Amino acid sequence: MELILSLAIGVLVGSGVWLILRPRSFQVIIGLCLLSYGVNLFIFGMGRLVSGAAPIMPKGGFVDPAAYADPVPQALVLTAIVISFATTALFLVVIMASRGLTGTDHVNGKERDQ
Amino acid sequence: MIEQNALLLLTGLPFGAAAIASTLPRQARNAEAWLSGAVMAAGVVILALLFPLIATGEVLRAQIEWLPSLGLNLDLRLDGLAWLMLLLVFGIGLLVVIYARYYMAPTDPVPRFYALLLAFSGAMAGILISGNIIGLVVFWELTSVVSFLLIGYWQRSQAARDGARMALTVTASGGFCLLAAMLMLGQIVGSYDLDTVLASGDVIRAHPLYLPVLILFLIGAFTKSAQFPFHFWLPNAMAAPTPVSAYLHSATMVKAGVFLLVRFSPALGQTPAWFWIVAGAGMTTLVIGAMIALWRNDLKGLLAYSTISHLGLITALVGIGSELAIIAAIFHILNHALFKASLFMAAGIIDHETGTRDMRRLSGLFGPMPRTGILAIVAAASMAGVPLANGFLSKEMFFAEAADWHNGSALDNALPYIAVFASVFSVAYSLRFIMSVFFGPPATDLPRTPHEPPSWMRRPVEALVLLCLLVGIFPGLAARWVLDVAAVAVLGDRTPYYSLALWHGWNTPLKMSLVALVAGLAVYALGARRFSGEAEAPPLLDRIRGQRIFDALMLRLGWKWPRVLHRAMGSDALQPQLRLIVVLTWLAAAFVLWGATRLVPRQVFEGVNPVFALLWAVGATCALGAAWQAKYHRFAALVMLGGAGLATCLTFAWFSAPDLAVTQLLVEILTTVLLLLGLRWLPRRVEKIAEDVLLPARLRRGRDAVLAAACGTGVAALAFAVMSTAPGLSIGDWFRRNAYSEGGGTNAVNVILVDFRAFDTFGEITVLTIVALTCFALLRRFRPAPESIALPEQQRPVPAAGPEDGTSPTPHDVLMAVPSVIMQWMFPLSIMLAAYLFFRGHDLPGGGFAGGVAFAIGLLLQYLATNVRWLESRITIRPTTWMGIGLLIAAGTGIGGFLFGYPFLTASARYVDVPLVGPVPAATAMVFDLGVFATVVGASVLIQIAIAHQSLRSARLRAREATDTAAAALHREAR
Repeated sequence: MELILSLAIGVLVGSGVWLILRPRSFQVIIGLCLLSYGVNLFIFGMGRLVSGAAPIMPKGGFVDPAAYADPVPQALVLTAIVISFATTALFLVVIMASRGLTGTDHVNGKERDQ
Repeated sequence: MIEQNALLLLTGLPFGAAAIASTLPRQARNAEAWLSGAVMAAGVVILALLFPLIATGEVLRAQIEWLPSLGLNLDLRLDGLAWLMLLLVFGIGLLVVIYARYYMAPTDPVPRFYALLLAFSGAMAGILISGNIIGLVVFWELTSVVSFLLIGYWQRSQAARDGARMALTVTASGGFCLLAAMLMLGQIVGSYDLDTVLASGDVIRAHPLYLPVLILFLIGAFTKSAQFPFHFWLPNAMAAPTPVSAYLHSATMVKAGVFLLVRFSPALGQTPAWFWIVAGAGMTTLVIGAMIALWRNDLKGLLAYSTISHLGLITALVGIGSELAIIAAIFHILNHALFKASLFMAAGIIDHETGTRDMRRLSGLFGPMPRTGILAIVAAASMAGVPLANGFLSKEMFFAEAADWHNGSALDNALPYIAVFASVFSVAYSLRFIMSVFFGPPATDLPRTPHEPPSWMRRPVEALVLLCLLVGIFPGLAARWVLDVAAVAVLGDRTPYYSLALWHGWNTPLKMSLVALVAGLAVYALGARRFSGEAEAPPLLDRIRGQRIFDALMLRLGWKWPRVLHRAMGSDALQPQLRLIVVLTWLAAAFVLWGATRLVPRQVFEGVNPVFALLWAVGATCALGAAWQAKYHRFAALVMLGGAGLATCLTFAWFSAPDLAVTQLLVEILTTVLLLLGLRWLPRRVEKIAEDVLLPARLRRGRDAVLAAACGTGVAALAFAVMSTAPGLSIGDWFRRNAYSEGGGTNAVNVILVDFRAFDTFGEITVLTIVALTCFALLRRFRPAPESIALPEQQRPVPAAGPEDGTSPTPHDVLMAVPSVIMQWMFPLSIMLAAYLFFRGHDLPGGGFAGGVAFAIGLLLQYLATNVRWLESRITIRPTTWMGIGLLIAAGTGIGGFLFGYPFLTASARYVDVPLVGPVPAATAMVFDLGVFATVVGASVLIQIAIAHQSLRSARLRAREATDTAAAALHREAR
């Protein structure tokens, strides 16, 4: 399972990096989304993978931490998901504004010299 | 305890009053003056009350801990030297406040003036009583900043802006050097405590870093006290209002540098390097300042160079460094403050009443202004060192020290001659000041008719001049007591006996004084004409212009070199920058991880679930497909992005993270809708770019593909390496154990978010709000590209399907007829889902984030189902109010902790029995979560609506275009 997830993270990050180096703003925004999936999964994976052990604690009594998934990476990723939505939105708005101002969707604000 | 609070008041009170002063109305000149005067007077009273303690040699202390583990605290300590300097700060501050009340014009924005003056006195007090050398530098920089703002007070004047910038550049660079020196001192000594540093003189002097520390330290002190070669900023600072010149640039702030020299002389002094650099710079400054002062035509310019010269004298004394020299330095700090402040005020009065400060135009003012004249003459006599005035006494002590044998070096032997030489000029410029302004024929071409100023404008000068005479005639009575405590504070047991009297017999210093007086008279009498020429510096010295060097340096540093550097290394294109970031990040990660192979693998190849493998086969294909298609097939790329997102979401659910799965799914929906909305505003991209198939483009793509593959491989390897080792100890254990007992919730993730780490969440929702508002603000100025203004195909009526009057249905209407009814029916359900997610959040997967996003999606569906106009005429949505209330609730819950004596955002939890429902968790963290919920709703909705509304705007643009065309057609017809 770890191997599959690692490969998946690798593919997501690779595709993301490829896209953020592309010249068109839409490519960059898709790239950022893919990159954020990859990074979120990476952070999530740092808590190790366990199935069927959601961090819902019993009410009182002795708690064995090892019986539940680590909640810390999950809390980190939860906020990261919301923030990456916000940054995607901001970037989209910047793209729209830049397109209106420069007349092109090239990330450098002008087309490559012909 | 009382003394501690008194110390805190000395620095805190001026800052607090400054905050009040800055908010008073613009016309409240009297209120401002009373407030500032009261604060200064309070400072004087506190000092007076503390004097009995100080007089016994006690050092008062107060401490507020900030970062005790790093040795960074707000340490305050008050000894005799600081006490004397503080007395100058608050005493002269009081006089300056009174003076400024009459000096400032009714049209000047006085709240800013008094607020800055007060803030300055607070910062100055901070320098003087700081017991921590880092704290000292912080206050030091504060005075530089306030001085900058005060010099530039009359912002419209170019001279004021230039002078302010130059003063800030020079003094702040010096402050930076001082910070470096203090950090090194702290490292050498092992403590940032001032007492410890002062007591470790032997360790510091023996350290190999002594010389660098000394030089950096001296740059700090010399820039502040306008010592050669950094003296040039002070004359330019004279663009400040005269009360500021009197207060900051003669009596107090520039003394901070010499204060620092005196203060640290036990730690850094007593070495040949100290003697040569400090005494050398001091003597050079003394001579250069005195000579240039004689040539200046501007009253304040003359006084500025005279100040430089006198600061040089004090520096030279500290450089000589004997016990008596230190005492003389402290004495001259006091004396110079008294006579120079009164001279500046007198110059301000002359400027105020005649309209000019040019000595070539001023003449014969003694007739119309006899009282001001007498005051200025006495003060100038003190500046020249005439007996019976206080300046004479400290100058005598200076001469005595200069004539004394110290180390027999060339500089030591030359000292008496240099001292007398400079003194000759000091007598001459004092004479010039008095003779050209007050005597001679009455001036004829003055802008205003001169007369005496309002009596209260003169009172502060009278007080200062009276003090000058008192100290000058009865030094034992008037000055001995403060000088004693200040000297003991610096020298401790080494304090020698010294005599403070007018008459010491017919000795060398007196002879030197007489020579200087007579020669000064002669120089003035012989050269009076030559000094008032156009050249404002003596023949040779006008070649050396520190200012010209400064300007040239600034031009290079601030303009030429950056441009060269930018041309050589900069790029305004995004791609190379991003590429550089990616490469550097990869290299950094590789550098850190290189050789880190001590990972213990767990069993990893067991239990590979084919379904999971299939899931990611699809997910990875989607990611690669999105990467491949994003350029020409945006919609397809978007769909595939969604596919990768769903795989991510399922992975979360698979590996025990239901909260993440729920949130990811909901956010996925929002993101997709958002990007769909944005698609419309991007340019059409159907044509293939011809050169895309050429070699350069292929090479670029190949290079990026290699980079992307390297990054993907690296991250995959790293992830695998970590995930395949056993987890170590984690703070997660604590959270898991205490989620219920401490946080009152069983969902550990949610408890972390809203209780344990609520402050982070609070920051996060604030960021979310800021982002939403930024999107909104950016879109208000949005101008769509012309080709995007037309209605999209789906919204254009299809004439064939109905009547041609514009009411015929659009493809959108036809396609969405059934879904929109369903979506409208779903509205209550989606609200219920949001509430459900929110309420179960503390114990089960869900929470404020998921609930908020669900609610936003519910609203969004309504927009999709109908249209903006239809919906907004029925529901009023105020996203900004949602965000505001959400943040208020979250902050309010946090502040609630204060009421019970707990820190910010301390939650409490219990179960409340509600009839019929049973025990309901009632944690304050849930109220906080409600704030999160509201903020997330507001932010998500605001972003979406702001983008959606752009279609309305383009509708308006279309309408305007239509009217324009119609008008043009009419116009043509009319012709």
